[in-house]
Amino acid sequence: MEHYLSLLVRAVFVENMALQMFLGMCTFIAVSKKIETAVGLGIAVTAVQVITVPLNNLVYQFLLKAGALSWLGFPELDLSFLGFICYIGIIAAVVQVMEMFMDKYMPALYNALGVFLPLIAVNCAIMGGSLFMVERSYNFPESVVYGMGSGMGWALAITAMAGIREKLKYSDVPLGLRGMGITFITTGLMSLGFMSFSGLSL
Amino acid sequence: MSSAVKAVLTRPLVTENPITLQILGICSSLAVTTSLNVAIVMCVALTVVTGFSNFFISLVRNYMPSSIRIIIQMAIISALVIAVDQLLQAFAYEISKQLSVFVGLIITNCIVMGRAEAFAMKNPPVISFMDGIGNGLGYSMVLLILASIRELFGSGSLFGMEILPLVANGGWYQPNGLMLLAPSAFFIIGFLIWIVRTKRVEQVEKTEFRLAPHTVQEVAH
Repeated sequence: MEHYLSLLVRAVFVENMALQMFLGMCTFIAVSKKIETAVGLGIAVTAVQVITVPLNNLVYQFLLKAGALSWLGFPELDLSFLGFICYIGIIAAVVQVMEMFMDKYMPALYNALGVFLPLIAVNCAIMGGSLFMVERSYNFPESVVYGMGSGMGWALAITAMAGIREKLKYSDVPLGLRGMGITFITTGLMSLGFMSFSGLSL
Repeated sequence: MSSAVKAVLTRPLVTENPITLQILGICSSLAVTTSLNVAIVMCVALTVVTGFSNFFISLVRNYMPSSIRIIIQMAIISALVIAVDQLLQAFAYEISKQLSVFVGLIITNCIVMGRAEAFAMKNPPVISFMDGIGNGLGYSMVLLILASIRELFGSGSLFGMEILPLVANGGWYQPNGLMLLAPSAFFIIGFLIWIVRTKRVEQVEKTEFRLAPHTVQEVAH
């Protein structure tokens, strides 16, 4: 249990997807103007992450890894080079299915999150989560925890960023820094703040 | 070289730079810039992938139904990235280890998708290829600037060769460790945008609120 808790804390704070690993930056900068939309996107990313990382873990363990196809009678086969295309395919499919499912059964949630779902398929935080899972060879339960932690960390970062930007728009920023420039510098300061979590472990 | 080709090749360098103006492909530009060697490999990989994905997508643009175009684009891009990744693992194993997941993340790099969607879907193959290469070069330029600043001040070297002699080796330069950490990448790119926009005023973003002129209240005596 402690192992999973420590993994979760590490994924949320120490290895924060947005601020320490630079993943999902494009969406992070583009959609962090308002708190409500940022929260919505954060929840959507976390939900997709919790589903796709474990799913990709299963695909890797039982289809792609060297020797993984021995249950089909091909013990020498190593399909790990097909990884990228499988992961992105699964992510796109999950996002599509989630969108249709929410449209049918949870219209309120769909109205809130619907517009962000297509954006998520090309969010590097999602793809990055699956790739890190493979690189660090997490097992199935670990991948569930890691998916949740990394999604929550990203959601936390974008919500905090949106909060800062809502106040920032009333301030008198030098001309050339307006918009993106000051957003980057603010992100840098936040990242500096998150560095205080480094070395944190349970 | 015709003027149209020249324009698509050179405009993404400063005027329409993918990173500083279009906010595309920022993730990887920050993560792989702690050393120049790694950054150069990443630049070459991305430029090649963007060029060829634009070329192939433009080649099939008239045959794909628009409802499934995203998935077709993804498949083409992933196939190219797999090829690049396998080549890197075969011929530059050390660097491919250092790049770790970021080669794979070229698939979700918004520059590749963005240019495929914005340019290659509407233009013939050769000019699309040039546009891909041009955008790749624009990205590379920012990446190389970032990487040289970070490597020079963070570890006193360029391409792994010592430029500023370090204190640890009997020189005078005390390396700035912050340069190798995440926050400095954000700061440098912020300042880079500031410099570009000071030179090119038309890129300055409009503010939502205009500041009211400063007024002095009359104080009754």
